[in-house]
Amino acid sequence: MKQVYSVPKSLQPRSTHYCPGCTHGIVHKLVAEAIDDLEIRDRAIGVAPVGCAVFAYDYFDCDFQQAAHGRAPAVATGIKRAVPDSVVFTYQGDGDLASIGAAEIVHAAMRGERITVIFVNNAIYGMTGGQMAPTTLVGQKATTAPFGRQKEHCGSPLRISEMLATIPGAAYIARVALSSPGNVAKAKTAIRKAFETQLAGEGFALVECLSTCPTNWGMAPYEAMQWLEENMIPYYPLGEFRTPEGGAE
Amino acid sequence: MTKVVFDEEKCKGCGLCVQFCPKKAIIMAERINTKGYHPAVLADEENCISCGICARMCPDAVIEVFKP
Ligand SMILES: Cc1ncc(C[n+]2csc(CCOP(=O)(O)OP(=O)(O)O)c2C)c(N)n1
Ligand code: SF4
Ligand code: SF4
Ligand code: SF4
Repeated sequence: MKQVYSVPKSLQPRSTHYCPGCTHGIVHKLVAEAIDDLEIRDRAIGVAPVGCAVFAYDYFDCDFQQAAHGRAPAVATGIKRAVPDSVVFTYQGDGDLASIGAAEIVHAAMRGERITVIFVNNAIYGMTGGQMAPTTLVGQKATTAPFGRQKEHCGSPLRISEMLATIPGAAYIARVALSSPGNVAKAKTAIRKAFETQLAGEGFALVECLSTCPTNWGMAPYEAMQWLEENMIPYYPLGEFRTPEGGAE
Repeated sequence: MTKVVFDEEKCKGCGLCVQFCPKKAIIMAERINTKGYHPAVLADEENCISCGICARMCPDAVIEVFKP
């Protein structure tokens, strides 16, 4: 029989600590598939965040470093500049990237650092138990917003992709969703492109992956994917916001 | 050899493969694995079209798919 789907080689053959149905696992597979397809495992260096993905270094079969909360783009900058031949990627949640690490990501994009950023936006702080993130939707409940996020005193959620797409050094910025087989296929293409952007030396690349946190959202995994489609996608539209063809300035 | 192979001990019983299979060919087993989850199993080999959707949606890299 012909093999139609095999487990990516750039993943370690072990179980993860992620909750059942958490889309972190799907993102891990897509990143590993891109590394396999582009044959860059020997050159790939990942930077793990603080958040549920803190142990990513145990799950990928390539070199890895772990950064302080939100500082992965700064660590990746240092690695890429010291070892220009390496293919460097960060893997960051929305608490890590959009909250405590907001400055690092903006300035890495401004400098046009040749790194690839995998940004997992699940609209909540997963690891610490479901607090409100800068990306939590208006009305969405969190442990620190028991009545739902209120715009009057918390403001409106940050659209990171749109914001970074205004920065001249950003070469590739896209938003995808891990919510259906079709959207996962599109996410695979975008993540591969974000690595190709780095390989071509074109500048900063980021893929925002709309994701679920079934545990802290209080939903079953499938229900969480439907909630994502019905609530997150209308506020966070999918697509490419900047491409190398469009021209990094 | 079956069309869909499950690394049963890695399964967390999340049910995403069951929900997304276009042929409704997967079910959760009665037994539990060493993690304590009911693992997913292929119940309807005949109707499986080897599309790979179950494997693509599985967060835990449990599934590999083969086409005759
Ligand atoms: C300097 C510092 N501040 C705060 C924390 C607590 N903390 C750990 S993870 C986290 C946020 C995680 O959320 P996110 O980045 O969205 O990742 P997720 O767990 O949802 O994948 C916070 C605030 C910390 N570890 N270090
Ligand atoms: S807490 Fe949420 S983000 Fe973290 S592993 Fe569980 S489901 Fe995933
Ligand atoms: S390969 Fe397709 S048809 Fe077969 S079990 Fe998986 S999802 Fe269902
Ligand atoms: S999607 Fe994967 S982990 Fe979830 S039930 Fe199916 S095989 Fe098990």
